Amino acid sequence: MNNEFRPYTLIAELTYRCPLRCPYCSNPLDFAEHGNEIDTDTWLRVFHEAEELGVVQLNLTGGEPLLRNDLELLVEEARKLDLYTNLITSGITLTFDRLSRLRAVGLDSVQISIQSTRPSVSNRIAGAPSFHRKLDAMRWITSLDLALTMNVVLHRENISEINEFIALAERMSADRLELANAQYLGWALQNRAALLPTREQIERARTVAAEAKARLRGSMEVLFVTPDYYTEYPKSCMEGWGRRFIVVNPEGLALPCHLAHTIPGLRFEHVTQRRLGDIWHHSAGFNRFRGEDWLPDPCRTCERRAGDFGGCRCQAFHVIGDAGMTDPACSLAPGHDFIESARAHADRTTGFPVLFEYRTGRGRSAR
Amino acid sequence: MALTTVRPRLSPKARLRFDRRTGRHLLLYPETGLELNHTATAIARLCTGEWTVDDMVEQLAQAYDDVSPDEVRREVCGFLDVLSDRGLLQGMA
Repeated sequence: MNNEFRPYTLIAELTYRCPLRCPYCSNPLDFAEHGNEIDTDTWLRVFHEAEELGVVQLNLTGGEPLLRNDLELLVEEARKLDLYTNLITSGITLTFDRLSRLRAVGLDSVQISIQSTRPSVSNRIAGAPSFHRKLDAMRWITSLDLALTMNVVLHRENISEINEFIALAERMSADRLELANAQYLGWALQNRAALLPTREQIERARTVAAEAKARLRGSMEVLFVTPDYYTEYPKSCMEGWGRRFIVVNPEGLALPCHLAHTIPGLRFEHVTQRRLGDIWHHSAGFNRFRGEDWLPDPCRTCERRAGDFGGCRCQAFHVIGDAGMTDPACSLAPGHDFIESARAHADRTTGFPVLFEYRTGRGRSAR
Repeated sequence: MALTTVRPRLSPKARLRFDRRTGRHLLLYPETGLELNHTATAIARLCTGEWTVDDMVEQLAQAYDDVSPDEVRREVCGFLDVLSDRGLLQGMA
C-alpha cells in the first residue's frame, strides 16, 4: 500500500461526557444532542481494523475517557495489538487503584490537562473543583513509571503563568509539557474574544518556552504551539486530511479530524456500518481533501503546499464559510482579513475582564 | 559521555515494535515514534542497562564485520544522542 495515506494514530473519542466545562472544549457545540456511544465490542473491532491499516498509536480521549467502565478492557486489547496507548484525561475521577489496573493491562502513557497553576483559577476555568486531583493524578502516573505529558491549553487568562506551568511540570517530573495555544474552532471560536491572547503575550510566552526547551533537553520535552492566528502560514492540520490520523467519535463516526463532520456537504460513515479500512480508503469524506487536485489558489502553485496541505479545512469553513478555500490563517489567503481583525480586537480589549461562555450539558447556550 | 562506564537503558516510556508494512522497527513513545534502520534497531536492542557503550560497539563490530569499529562507534554514539535528546534513555548520568 501507498504509505502517503497511512494512518499511524487512531484517536478514539470514547465519550462526550465530561465533569469539566472548559470554555475551549474540543467537543462539538451540539455534543449534548448526540446519540448513543458505541459499545465495547465495536471499539475492540475498530482497534483491530485500525491496526491492520497501519495504526501503531492509540489515543483514548473524549470527553473524559475515564467515564467509560470498559476502559480496562479497551487498553488490554490495544496492548495485545502492540499499540502504544495514551490516555488523555482530566484526571478528575482517577484513583490510584484504577491507574494501577490500567498500567497492569498495558497502558503506556497518560496526558493530564492543567488549566492554571493557581487552584482557584484552575477550578474556575475548568468549571469544577479539580486542581488538587490533577496533581495527585500526575504523582501517581510517574510513581507507576508511566509516561506523563502535562498539557496546558493557553489563552489570554493563563498565558502569563508560563513560567509557573514549566516549574510545575518539572516538579511533577513530566516527560513532556505541551504548551498548546487554544485552536479557535468549536467552543474556543465561540469564546474567541475572551480567549485570544495579544501578539505581545504570545511572543513573551514563546521566548520563555524556547529557553525551557533548550534547558530541559533530554529530561523533558517542551512543546509550544503558537495559535494559527499569529503564524504567517497555516499549520499542516492533522498532518494532512486523511493522511496520518483517524478519529472515531463516540457515536462511531470515522473522521479525518474531530470536527470534520461540522463541515456541511461532506459524507462520513459509521464504523458500525462499514469496515474502517474501507472507510479510510474509499469514503467520499476522507477523499474530499486528499492530494492536490482540490487545492484552491494561492495554494495550488505555492511551494509550501506539500508541507501544510492548505491548512485547516474546518477553520476555512468556520471562519470564512468555505472549507475548500485556503486556511485564512495563511497571510496569503484571500480570507486573511478575518484573522487580522480578530487580532486587532485582541489588542483593543487587553486588560478587559475575561468572560467565558461556559459550555453546558444542554449544548450551545449558556448566555 | 563516559563511554566505558555508562550502561544505556531504554526508558520504560519507549516501546520497540515491528512494522510489517515497512519491514522495519518503530520505536514508539508518546504521540510519535522513530522509524529505525537495521543498525539503529540493533543498537536499541542493546539498550537494556546491561551493556556499556564499549560493549555495544564491540558486539556490533563483530556482527557487522564489513564496517570498521570506528564507524560502528560513530553510529552507536550518534544514535544514543538521538535517543538521549528525546529523553528516551536512562542510565546516562
